[in-house]
Amino acid sequence: MSVGGAQFAQQVVNGLAVGSVYALIALGYTMVYGIIELINFAHGEIYMIGAYIGTLAVAGLLALGVPLLPALGAALLAAAALTSLYGAATERLAYRPLRGSSRLAPLISALGMSIFFQQFVLLSQGAKDKIFPVEISSGGFSAGAVKVSYIQTAILAVAACLMVALDQFVRRTRMGRAMRCMAQDPVMASLVGVPVHGVVSLTFLIGSAMAAVAGFLIALYYGKVNYLVGYIAGLKAFVAAVLGGIGNIPGAMLGGLLLGVVESLAAGYIGGEYKDVVAFAILVVVLIVRPAGLLGARLPEKV
Amino acid sequence: MGALRRRFRSWAGDPRFAVPGAGLLFGLMALPLMGPRRAAAVAAGVVALRLIALARLPERWHPVRGAGRAVERMRGVLPEPPPWVRAAVPWLFVGALAALSFALDPYTLDVATTAGIYALLALGLNVVVGMAGLLVLGFAAFYAVGAYTYALLNTQFHLGFWVCLPVGGALAALFGLLLGLPTLRLRGDYLAIVTLGFGEITRITLNNWDTVTNGPNGILGIAPPSLFGHPFVHPRHYFLLALAFVAASAFLLRRLDRSRIGRAWVAMREDETAAEAMGLPTLRLKLLAFAMAAFWGGVAGVFFAGKQLFVSPESFNFLESVMVLCMVVLGGMGSVPGAVLGALLLSFLPEVLRGVDQYRLLAFGAAMVLMMRYRPSGLWPEIHRYHEVEEGRRG
Repeated sequence: MSVGGAQFAQQVVNGLAVGSVYALIALGYTMVYGIIELINFAHGEIYMIGAYIGTLAVAGLLALGVPLLPALGAALLAAAALTSLYGAATERLAYRPLRGSSRLAPLISALGMSIFFQQFVLLSQGAKDKIFPVEISSGGFSAGAVKVSYIQTAILAVAACLMVALDQFVRRTRMGRAMRCMAQDPVMASLVGVPVHGVVSLTFLIGSAMAAVAGFLIALYYGKVNYLVGYIAGLKAFVAAVLGGIGNIPGAMLGGLLLGVVESLAAGYIGGEYKDVVAFAILVVVLIVRPAGLLGARLPEKV
Repeated sequence: MGALRRRFRSWAGDPRFAVPGAGLLFGLMALPLMGPRRAAAVAAGVVALRLIALARLPERWHPVRGAGRAVERMRGVLPEPPPWVRAAVPWLFVGALAALSFALDPYTLDVATTAGIYALLALGLNVVVGMAGLLVLGFAAFYAVGAYTYALLNTQFHLGFWVCLPVGGALAALFGLLLGLPTLRLRGDYLAIVTLGFGEITRITLNNWDTVTNGPNGILGIAPPSLFGHPFVHPRHYFLLALAFVAASAFLLRRLDRSRIGRAWVAMREDETAAEAMGLPTLRLKLLAFAMAAFWGGVAGVFFAGKQLFVSPESFNFLESVMVLCMVVLGGMGSVPGAVLGALLLSFLPEVLRGVDQYRLLAFGAAMVLMMRYRPSGLWPEIHRYHEVEEGRRG
């Protein structure tokens, strides 16, 4: 393989790893949008909180003398469980009371929650980077000049498992059916006995747990977290959700991976400082050219 | 399974379990981030709040609704004055402020001038968010366009403040049109994100386009404005100018609000489909709202550059956009006096709350949520929205 080709392939691999994290966050956006047509601005902050709780849990467990791998696993589960509570509580306190009011109200409420969470973590954990307590060895697999580190492999594997699990859940279980039902027609769903509030809470629980896993994986990958990471990651994941077609679960996965790869290539070939501009440019282009996204169906606006 | 679920339901509905349960849940959530002692305090606070909610206290004690009602009572106490008095009161108020400025110290005047700049921004954003109902989250971009216009035209071409004022406003309005044309066909929530992205792109560009904007170091050495050959030196000069700007803007926008265009915006905000069916050119109305808001943002930016004599990309970050939005929401979306009130409150609040300054943004975030939940029409509501939202909730 030529040098240029190897560099390209390496960027693609890096992009896939970051992109699968975007995809995990994007799933939360897309599920919530699919069911209650709300852009949950606070979702990026939920991801950040997940990263913090995971990092703190690993540090706590290692201090108790738990071996590394069980500690990582337990911290992942703890982060997912606690963070999902944050998501559900946000829905209960900031969104549910506003259902049936104007479109602007929940958006502003969501923005308020996002600022609140950011400041909450800033005040309780400080402005400095939180360093992940263990440094995972940089070893990995390599194919020619292309290296795939263990963490990248883990990210891809965990993300793939979760996506398959979510897909099966939505397709095959009673609650999954209730979710699809709500997405189609919330009023009709409530008339036929779907527990509307319960389904919305469950959606927030699942979406937040996914975001927490994403946050944990990113903390592991970069070795640190900061209270500001949620803002930009949340935006990127939203772009991913729109790119795939918001409200569409496979779309969010595809959009996340695609965005990760495009961004990684842009960083490699154009320059790192304009990386964020690329994501927004994609957003604007998609919204103008194909607002329904890559996999979304073209639906007339509900009146 | 069914029996278990039923039992859980009856527990969740029973305050004896639900109240400590909520405390426990929030305490557990706070535990990893805040540590055991403060998590216990959070749990106790949640239990206390739940108990207060159970007690069903009278509405005037409610922290948010009560504050809104208090403002109403204050306005209700005054007898309905004849129209010419009503028209004169704001101008008398402005005159009193102008007179007061000779008694105030420079520091207070400086803070008040900053509050004036925020009032201009809030008035501008109120046009697009409040009157036309389009959520814009990148308003700082227009502010930046105005500020950099004056900074560059002044330092490179030595153009004066009064020339740059309309130029900065017009350039910002042009930016608004350029952004609006492709995106205004989108639904409201997409528009919010696109404008947010636009704000970020503007800031990143200012930060990286070193040859023109001098990157993160910003532009120094801007000349202060001057009037009839006298340059502005004292904070009072700036304060009086800001006062004049805010008063003129509030007057103009109030007139605009009650004009044909303003009513068309309200119709569009309330029901776009119906407005379009009645023959309103919604796209053009949206563009007009965008351009108008951007113009005010640009003017505020020029003023800001003329006051600070220094601009850098850091002044135009996302938080600035959020601050202005917060002012509009707090004052009452769509209400011109509300926007000014919100700007004054949020600009002077940090000065009053000196010791607890770091909790300011936390409180802003919480306030946005609480306002939306308990008093969505704001502290000084626009009358249509007030009747629609508040009366509707009670009725």
